[in-house]
Amino acid sequence: MLGKTAGGLFWLSRFLERSENTARLVEAGFRMALTRAASGENEWASVLTTVGCRNAYLARHETVTPNNAVDYLLRDKTNPMSVYSVMQMARDNARATRTALTREVWEAVNDGWMLLQDMLKRPVTQGDLPAVLSSIRQHSALVRGALQGTMLRNDIFSFSRIGALIERADNTARILDVKYYVLLPTGAPVGSSLDNVQWEMILRSASAERSFHWLNPGNANPKAIAEFLILDARMPRSLAFCYDELIACLANLENDYGDRRPSHDLSSALEAGLTGRSIDDIIEGGLHEFIREFLRDNAALASQIETDYRFYE
Amino acid sequence: MAPLASAHEVVRFVFMGEKPVFFDEMRRVDESPRQPYIEYCAWLDTVKSNDLHKKSREAEKFFRRTGITFNVYGGKEADERLIPFDLVPRIIDGKEWRLLARGIEQRVKAINAFLHDIYHRQEILKAGRIPEHLISQNAAFLPQMVGVTPPGGVYTHIVGTDLVRTGADEFFVLEDNARTPSGVSYMLENRETMLKMFPELFSRIRVQPVGNYPTLLRRSLSKCAPTRCTGRPTVAVLTPGLHNSAYFEHAFLADQMGAELVEGHDLRVVDGRVAMRTTQGYQPVDVLYRRIDDDYIDPLNFNRDSLLGVPGIMDVYRAGGITLANAPGTGIADDKAIYSYMPEIVEFYTGQAAILKNVPTHRCSEPDTLKYVLEHLDELVVKEVHGSGGYGMLVGPAASKRELAAFRAKLVANPSNYIAQPTLALSTVPVLTRAGLAPRHVDLRPYVLVSPDSIDITPGGLTRVAMKAGSLVVNSSQGGGTKDTWVLEE
Repeated sequence: MLGKTAGGLFWLSRFLERSENTARLVEAGFRMALTRAASGENEWASVLTTVGCRNAYLARHETVTPNNAVDYLLRDKTNPMSVYSVMQMARDNARATRTALTREVWEAVNDGWMLLQDMLKRPVTQGDLPAVLSSIRQHSALVRGALQGTMLRNDIFSFSRIGALIERADNTARILDVKYYVLLPTGAPVGSSLDNVQWEMILRSASAERSFHWLNPGNANPKAIAEFLILDARMPRSLAFCYDELIACLANLENDYGDRRPSHDLSSALEAGLTGRSIDDIIEGGLHEFIREFLRDNAALASQIETDYRFYE
Repeated sequence: MAPLASAHEVVRFVFMGEKPVFFDEMRRVDESPRQPYIEYCAWLDTVKSNDLHKKSREAEKFFRRTGITFNVYGGKEADERLIPFDLVPRIIDGKEWRLLARGIEQRVKAINAFLHDIYHRQEILKAGRIPEHLISQNAAFLPQMVGVTPPGGVYTHIVGTDLVRTGADEFFVLEDNARTPSGVSYMLENRETMLKMFPELFSRIRVQPVGNYPTLLRRSLSKCAPTRCTGRPTVAVLTPGLHNSAYFEHAFLADQMGAELVEGHDLRVVDGRVAMRTTQGYQPVDVLYRRIDDDYIDPLNFNRDSLLGVPGIMDVYRAGGITLANAPGTGIADDKAIYSYMPEIVEFYTGQAAILKNVPTHRCSEPDTLKYVLEHLDELVVKEVHGSGGYGMLVGPAASKRELAAFRAKLVANPSNYIAQPTLALSTVPVLTRAGLAPRHVDLRPYVLVSPDSIDITPGGLTRVAMKAGSLVVNSSQGGGTKDTWVLEE
């Protein structure tokens, strides 16, 4: 396979995953703002930070208002992180790797893009927002389903999966990075309603609220949430899950190509850093530092994979 | 002998009398269907026009979903448009087709022989059949190709011969596209769409299939691999990239052939071979179906500023290390100034009169001719010698006074840059309009594959249709559409 094609598949999946994540963050923020109208602005500011576009937003708008924030996150073409821009880049990558995609995958991406263009033509009203957001997530699920259901399990599939997993791990870590203080034992009195809302926001941002409550009925506490999102390999958006899968994908490439590359050792080392530790251990050493380091390592792994498989010249 | 046919013998001018008369391929003047359309018209009588419009919308949706779009130069970057597809097929009789195919084969053989001659012994110049300056001073003639014989001796692996029709037995070759003819993906997707929309028609009417074109293309290209290549040749399609107007086609053909789709920066010369950067290192390419022009293919040998090409690829090519399809320098054969000599060229190399006629062509470089052209500008079609895609061309009868005056000035300033042809009365085939079926002018581009031991011509080709009533310009860049082309089984 061409290095460029591998890179295109990797980024196609990253962008698809990113658009879904941003939509989910907007959804969580919207819900939070509805339940706590008074300090809604802070929530939007933290969503903008999580997506990584707060400074760019403030360069364009003086204050953080719900309408401006939603518009900036969903449909602002000058914002490279907006769902619109990200989906456009996803589709460009799909066009560029068209020879590696099944017709089903291509059409799912292209349909999603056409629908999005249509939905985001005008500013989205509050009344339409839930429908638009769920439509974005539905299309993302459709693409994933098409990938799972129609693609050959070879290097093409591996590079797509790797892109999605790197992006997902990055996203979950960013959510924790912005909200880590809520999960620290030294925060406001445990069990206050403020904390409950914040915790729920975190879980919702990672589509984890249902599964967390299945495992911990009536027992939401910050340590359990941190443990769930970082270390529980059953939870498909946790850091541990992403790294389990990443290692499996890289092992498939090793199998296909018959050689081991530096990214294989790097990913194994990072995984050991996750599975070898308990949540108490992590909190003891500093939750924030841990997350920061993880974000750096995850980015380093991504660029090592780019080098190992010659995405660029 | 095939002299330049006098315009008045064979061509019916559009504006000769008061009212233009066009040959309609579907119906005679008395409205009865012509032979090839009898079955189709019988079916058409049973269909409600509402249903046709519904199918037409479905077809458009299908094209959008599949992403069969093209980018318009000068438009916004993200400007992807659909080429209008009309769902009334253009139908050609099996017997008519056989004659056309014979003519095309003859012409393509002559073109390959001409190219070999021009880049080697130049017998045709020595024989005085073509003026020497037409070659030596032609930008499409590549000195780098002198003495080079392409692998398998094939210059034009893929040819798209543009034909127009003016009457029941009157066909003309409008252009020989010997560089990188485009549009074949539309031929294939148009048929796919028609099969989906009207399966019942295909069980009623026996139409010769076109779907094996990609397989034949792969086979044909593989047969032209360099002799040192043993085993299954690695074939790749070279595209200028995502923003090129024909990107969809490049991706489509690579996909259908099972070839890699590469850009210049994926390729590099490694150990005397052209190799592509894969996830497992550089791997050599044997045959490159390149969809970029000669000028851009190698910044070391041609245009230094080109970012699209591969530095040093021409040196590998000259050493026989890779096959380029089409070969560099084939543009000399479809140059519009050379075109007017095609009857002589066909005769010189095949020993037979050309089966397909040329459109009578006035070379503006000759002073007497220029005078005639200037006097009759409002009746003629004037084209740039090196132009293509319908850009920079004048359709006299359709031009305003101001346009005529502006073109006149360009013509006087640089006469040898232009040729002029009578405005042909192109045949019509109906298209579906809001008001029902209405005739529109069409042309035809059949696709020809050349390998060392075979010439394959796909039955039919791409019918291009001017969507505006009365318009004679069918190019997609100028708003033209396409139709599925049926050649009936005999």
